[in-house]
Amino acid sequence: MIIADILSATILFAVPLLLVALGGMFSERSGIVNIALEGIMIIGALCGCLFLRYTEDMGFGADAPQLYMLIAMVISAVAGMLFSMLLAFASIRLKADQVIGGTALNMMAPALAVIVTWAAQGQAQTTILIPKWIRITQESLGFATGTDFLSRLVFKSLYLTTLAAIVLLVWAVIFLYRTKTGLRLRACGEHPQAADSVGINVYRMRYMGVALSGLLGGVGGLAYTIAAGSGFQSNVAGYGFLALAVMIFGNWKPLNILGASLFFALFKIIGSYAGTLPFLPKFESIKSSEYIYLMLPYIVTMVVLILTSKKSRAPKAEGIPYDKGGR
Amino acid sequence: MKMTKTRQTHSKRGLISLLASLLSIAIGLLVGFALLNVLNANHAVNGFGKILTTGFATSEKFAKVLYQAMPLILCGLSVAFAFKTGLFNIGAAGQYTMGAFSALAVAIALQQPWYIALLAAALGGALLGAIPGICKALFNVNEVITSIMFNWITMYAVNLTINNMPIMLTNFWSRSSIKDRTAPLADANPSAMLPKGGLDTLMNSNYINIGIFIAVLVAIIMWVVLQKTVLGYELKACGYNRHASQYAGINAKRNIVLSMVISGALAGLGGGLYYLSGTGQYTLVKVLLGMGFNGIPVALLASSNPLGVIFSALFVSYIQVGGDALQPHFIKENIDIIIASIIYLSAFALLLKGWIAKLLLRSSTVKDNPELAEALGAEESGVSEGNADTEPPVRGAEKEDAQ
Repeated sequence: MIIADILSATILFAVPLLLVALGGMFSERSGIVNIALEGIMIIGALCGCLFLRYTEDMGFGADAPQLYMLIAMVISAVAGMLFSMLLAFASIRLKADQVIGGTALNMMAPALAVIVTWAAQGQAQTTILIPKWIRITQESLGFATGTDFLSRLVFKSLYLTTLAAIVLLVWAVIFLYRTKTGLRLRACGEHPQAADSVGINVYRMRYMGVALSGLLGGVGGLAYTIAAGSGFQSNVAGYGFLALAVMIFGNWKPLNILGASLFFALFKIIGSYAGTLPFLPKFESIKSSEYIYLMLPYIVTMVVLILTSKKSRAPKAEGIPYDKGGR
Repeated sequence: MKMTKTRQTHSKRGLISLLASLLSIAIGLLVGFALLNVLNANHAVNGFGKILTTGFATSEKFAKVLYQAMPLILCGLSVAFAFKTGLFNIGAAGQYTMGAFSALAVAIALQQPWYIALLAAALGGALLGAIPGICKALFNVNEVITSIMFNWITMYAVNLTINNMPIMLTNFWSRSSIKDRTAPLADANPSAMLPKGGLDTLMNSNYINIGIFIAVLVAIIMWVVLQKTVLGYELKACGYNRHASQYAGINAKRNIVLSMVISGALAGLGGGLYYLSGTGQYTLVKVLLGMGFNGIPVALLASSNPLGVIFSALFVSYIQVGGDALQPHFIKENIDIIIASIIYLSAFALLLKGWIAKLLLRSSTVKDNPELAEALGAEESGVSEGNADTEPPVRGAEKEDAQ
């Protein structure tokens, strides 16, 4: 039974990582380093959670929960996209340094979130609670509530964001590898001059890459807040940065990113379940040994990054502003 | 003749950098003022006045400005130093935490005086800084990712260690039951507190101590190292073009590691200074300390010039103290928006510099001074080669290495 719980929680936490890392992938594949994912997640989560809260306050949210959840996701996505345009404008139009622009957005987002949360909810209300009805339960689908392995695995924590992540992953694979636009996007991240020479608008492709990262990052922010479970508190606990690591670990490829995000999430969950899992070492002589497990995903990432660094293959032109006049 | 011209060019370019920073600050402050107006128009003027004046209002407030500027200067130096070598040290947060821990462990558990504790802080930061440097030099793993990972690893490791060292905690030294933070130095080891040198009575504040002088001194030393020594020259050369410097016989790998070690030591020293002031206790929380991240805007605002860092840190600290006075009508996060806007603007420093240069030197100067015209032209096309500019982390170079 506990295995089902762990797997279900793993999927729950893998969803935001997957979405955001896919977003980062689109941006970097088009040639823009998007270190602002953390900030984009925060803005997306802020807007989505505010919307959900208002539907709850008005008292109509619970009537058609999944419809409002869908609207919340769209709002998160659009908010994330608009925020990401600040990065796109600075780094594409003004050819500014992409890492610095991203750092500025990462600083701005949590501050903005705190201010908006206070403005919307009154002083000292630092958490936006999200309603309980957004979870997809078996009753809501008309099934009897089962307690067998499969229903615990699937329905323990099933949200619309999980389903959206699956759809978006499939779409990302098709878009990136099977469409003309996807090919053009990738070309702009590898050799923008060559792309330009055959008539591809590099600037437009890069705007699109960043916009996609904003869309996915925004939804990912909402998905993280749902997974964290305690409401929106103006931060996403470094998941934006973790998603960057997932993206690199996944070698800028959608399916590898899926694997990497599941791997990260599993370690996170093992960390928080460590006390209840009989087969894990307990470190009884050490106080607050949960920190050991909390450190694990980061340490494992470092080891993997070092081991795979020879094979790691970043988009060639990422981080370099495209200048039409350049060679 | 040639010499003087070059020097003139450099000072002109320094002036343009300075003006660009000041322009960013002015626009950032305007954004902040607009935000205050949106949030609570009745108190906006008053609130904005508080941001601008609180720091100088009383000697006590000014002492607070200096107190907060002290770690900011060092974190800013840490980021700036790495920038000069073409590296982006986002790991200053972790190195700062490591420095704080090393200093407190030496001060409380080993009962050493403050100067030993400070050395330990620098050493701790340096060791942690070496990791991203080594990963970058030997395995070509991007230092940004390594630093981010090690920020979290350090925080958890420090929390774990402190929890398992009962002597470090408050309840070991007093009757209190507080065990989520380190012991106040006044109880545990007064000799580890930074000397106040009479400044506390002079400024009527408990916050002030000689740490600010140490910070300024370190900034001056860093400026000398970067501008006047072979080591500094080599480090900067690696930052501008790793391959060219290698071709010139500079050991680029050694310099990357060395630069990160120095950068880490600076951030660690910042952590040491802050926690050895005796006014703050390290609290076991699960969030990264913001001070290291605040070093990034400080460095950017100063165009990575070590002497400029002193002033930009004082400025950031000044408006933060002003921000604390904003309550209850506004919250202090408004200051973060101002700072973030300033960095966002300084991200397109090139554009601002272009504008200023056009305004300043439209006619005569540029014509009379072909070198300056050339330099500006180069800057606008992004191939800056002067010593007063922020060097963006050269990610392009890494890509070539990966091939």
